[in-house]
Amino acid sequence: MKPILQIENLQTHFFTKAGVVKAVDGVSFDINAGEVVGLVGESGSGKSITGFSVMGLVDAPGKIVGGRIMFQGEDIAAMSPQQLQSLRGNRISMIFQDPMMTLNPVLRVETQMVEAIKAHDSMISKSEARARARDALGLVGISAPEERMRAYPHQFSGGMRQRVSIAIAMLNRPDLIIADEPTTALDVTIQGQVIHEMQRLCEVTKTALLWITHDLAVVAGIADRICVMYAGRVVEQGPIASTISQPLHPYTRGLMGSVPSQNRRGQPLQQIDGMVPSLLNLPSGCAFQNRCAMVSDKCLSEIPEPIDVGEQRLVRCVNVGQEPAS
Amino acid sequence: MTAFILRRSLQSLIVLFVMSLLVFGGVNMVGDPVDMLISPEADQMEIDRVIRDLGLDRPVTEQYWYFLVNAFKGELGRSFIFGEPALKLIIQRMPATMELALFSLLLAVVFGIPLGVYAGLKPEGKLSRTIMAGSILGFSMPTFWVGILLIMFFSVNLGWFPSTGRGETATYFGMTSSIFTADGLSHLFLPAFNLALFKLSSVIRLARAGTREVILQDYIKFARAKGVQESRVIRVHLLKNIMIPIVTVIGLEFGSLIAFSTVTETVFAWPGMGKLIIDSIYNLDRPIIVAYLMIIVLIFVTLNLVVDILYSFLDPRVRIKGAK
Repeated sequence: MKPILQIENLQTHFFTKAGVVKAVDGVSFDINAGEVVGLVGESGSGKSITGFSVMGLVDAPGKIVGGRIMFQGEDIAAMSPQQLQSLRGNRISMIFQDPMMTLNPVLRVETQMVEAIKAHDSMISKSEARARARDALGLVGISAPEERMRAYPHQFSGGMRQRVSIAIAMLNRPDLIIADEPTTALDVTIQGQVIHEMQRLCEVTKTALLWITHDLAVVAGIADRICVMYAGRVVEQGPIASTISQPLHPYTRGLMGSVPSQNRRGQPLQQIDGMVPSLLNLPSGCAFQNRCAMVSDKCLSEIPEPIDVGEQRLVRCVNVGQEPAS
Repeated sequence: MTAFILRRSLQSLIVLFVMSLLVFGGVNMVGDPVDMLISPEADQMEIDRVIRDLGLDRPVTEQYWYFLVNAFKGELGRSFIFGEPALKLIIQRMPATMELALFSLLLAVVFGIPLGVYAGLKPEGKLSRTIMAGSILGFSMPTFWVGILLIMFFSVNLGWFPSTGRGETATYFGMTSSIFTADGLSHLFLPAFNLALFKLSSVIRLARAGTREVILQDYIKFARAKGVQESRVIRVHLLKNIMIPIVTVIGLEFGSLIAFSTVTETVFAWPGMGKLIIDSIYNLDRPIIVAYLMIIVLIFVTLNLVVDILYSFLDPRVRIKGAK
């Protein structure tokens, strides 16, 4: 299957007064058509910035300084603002984390939906656009969409608002949706519904999904493949089942260890000691060196390159293949 | 909504009543109008007659009672100087002041919002810094001094605009105003700009602060993520949100614009209410002072009410709370 999105060595840096923050520094991964890829990492690991880079929505002082983002054969990183605008919301859409904040409080839901249609189809009539918006609301499970369209965002609950966001993201039948922690701000029961809804819709429409989250459990349930990010780099990627059952990178192992699980009931959770290093001042060599139990001299001097370990798995660790030191 | 307006109207009446007490007490403490009104040559009989005619021989409380009774009939006393009803005199001058105040407001909004939004979108730019420095000047320079400078520069040196007076007026749709004639507009521009300067500065600062806050919100980013044109993001998503504080401040301060116009009207000899009140204060023409202040209070409370109602149109979240 041909990938719909290929990110190659993406570098997005923020030029602040304190120095250059390398939020994304050499990220590479592909997404195939209709595939769900989970992008996992701690806060500040660069996963959201990766998503915004694909949308061409990196705010100043951030800038894409290197690499390519090939979307259906075109390089997004090299596009003009006009080209990006016609791409956004049309062929690639995005869903944000906090549904309370993503809808404009002073505009009716209808206005916010119709404008998304009209932005990409200036010829469409108002009533036609309305009808499409109404159908989209119905698809995501909002009852009485005709009435609810006239409402303002504050008249919806959090879960309903996120459904509206999803409906907006799907309005123009995009080929790829970037979901930036779309369920983090929701109650667990609503989370389940929203995830289920997204999964169903993406399957029906064959839309590829980049699911950005720090919640491994969610990714395990929804993704085909997983990319684990740490300090601006993808440290491990591969098919979801093998990566979760046999994590190879010490960081991924640490992540799995910090998830409470039925099998290890009663035992203390394994946590990853230490803190994420400052992106302003990354150590030379592997960024995980100060928290890694297997650290060696080699880790301190050279940045590990992705190693292909077969079964479509890539790991950035010089110790791959060796048993953990513990 | 109706209950809200009724409640507010009742509150306004109380404010008016308290204000009338304060104003009436106040003007009775500053000087004796008799000294101003009667020529020094008049004999005692003449003086007594005038005092009796004006009702100034009665106790203050009784004078106040008569004032209240008359006020309920819609009469706010007769001017000592002109011998005409104070209300009529003020209302005659009101269109001139209103046109000045409204035109100033228009200048402040039409120039203030775009300049402020621009400064908010590009906070580091040279032009933005210039705009902000200018707004500080607008805030801090005294109105009368700026007025004199404007006359010096534009009227005396350049001769572009006339320096005083209201110019020709014309009547359209039952409204007599100088904005309908070229001569009237040229007379209006300098005083209106003078009066607008302070408001312009505050609108610029509000628009900039609002823009800088709103532009970082997720819903702006989401609008961009939908592929909405940048111009629409600014015009609709941003502007509608920053208008909420701006409308509040503009509305509430429109009253102060009318009140402040006394200075500008004096500098430019603009025949409005402000000029009238200053002259009346010099002449201790009590009924006019009282009537003027009552009208200003009425304008303030009405504006407050209008702003509250407008607010609910701009911000749908307020509307729902009001309905419950």
